[in-house]
Amino acid sequence: MGEIIVVTSGKGGVGKTTTSANIGTGLAAAGHKVVLVDTDIGLRNLDVVMGLENRIVYDLVDVTSGNCRLKQALIKDKRFENLFLLPAAQTKDKSAVSPEQMRTLATELKEEFDYAIIDCPAGIEQGFRNAIAGADRAIVVCTPEVSAVRDADRIIGLLEAAELRNPKLIINRIRPEMVKRGDMMDISDILDILAIELIGVVPEDESIVISTNRGEPAVMDQASKAGEAYRRITRRIKGEEVTLMNLDVPLGIFDKLKKLVGIR
Amino acid sequence: MLEFISRMLGKESASSKTVAKERLRLVLVHDRASISPAMLNRLREDLIKVISNYMEIDEAALEFNLLQDDNEVALVANIPVVKMKRDYATKT
Repeated sequence: MGEIIVVTSGKGGVGKTTTSANIGTGLAAAGHKVVLVDTDIGLRNLDVVMGLENRIVYDLVDVTSGNCRLKQALIKDKRFENLFLLPAAQTKDKSAVSPEQMRTLATELKEEFDYAIIDCPAGIEQGFRNAIAGADRAIVVCTPEVSAVRDADRIIGLLEAAELRNPKLIINRIRPEMVKRGDMMDISDILDILAIELIGVVPEDESIVISTNRGEPAVMDQASKAGEAYRRITRRIKGEEVTLMNLDVPLGIFDKLKKLVGIR
Repeated sequence: MLEFISRMLGKESASSKTVAKERLRLVLVHDRASISPAMLNRLREDLIKVISNYMEIDEAALEFNLLQDDNEVALVANIPVVKMKRDYATKT
């Protein structure tokens, strides 16, 4: 019996889709049978992030409305034969699917897969309610910004109201040099405010832009720092204890001087 | 310029992260307190029911509000008591 994990955030642009793609690919690389489900109907993107946009025939709405069978709509990944994508419909809107239909789909996915990763749309309306409907657990993605943390707080409240207890937090796009200067909230600042359990910290990394350009998740790139962060998150999802990545930046010349003079 | 010098000396004026954290704390106090009017109404009715077990209250004059200011949120109720119920002790 598989598990349904929803990746959500409230605010748009914090990295839900990138996170979904990397977690899903990471779990598949570890040998699990995985399906990625894009629930952002009308604004689908998980297909391009995965580099599978040319293979779409049927979509999520075709499955939930009975136009095709689940197997017909699933797109097999290029890299892993145990990884699949169920794309969102692009020409319909969020109301084309109901939470009830999503619960039915979730039951079907659990029989077929070890993990289903649900990429949730931004917002707290129907798209969000659909995405969380069949989920067993939730991952909240948040960047170290006031707006993203505020929205994450709201989402955590809504998840708990929907009986999705103990959501886990990913702090995405953290910039260690800004944290060091005191110009960006650090991990403990955000955990203080949101008071949920951390499942990973992903540094801001140019390799994410490059890997998205190519349609190849960074988790497969051994040289990518963000990729390393996602590999660790993947292992934590499976229940392993993994230490946080070391994000310390080397001391700059001014810091060294200050230290020498003993100012700090 | 002054700020630059103080930075060089390592005496940062309130760093922007501290500002961010404080602003978030305040905005979340408000966000977390925003409960729907329907829920507030249910709470009001429940409260009347419980209090009525012990005393007779003037429901029409009852004031019941969730007050928010910059730093805190408080549930403020002003409930005029008409008379105490003498029979409560025997009723339980």
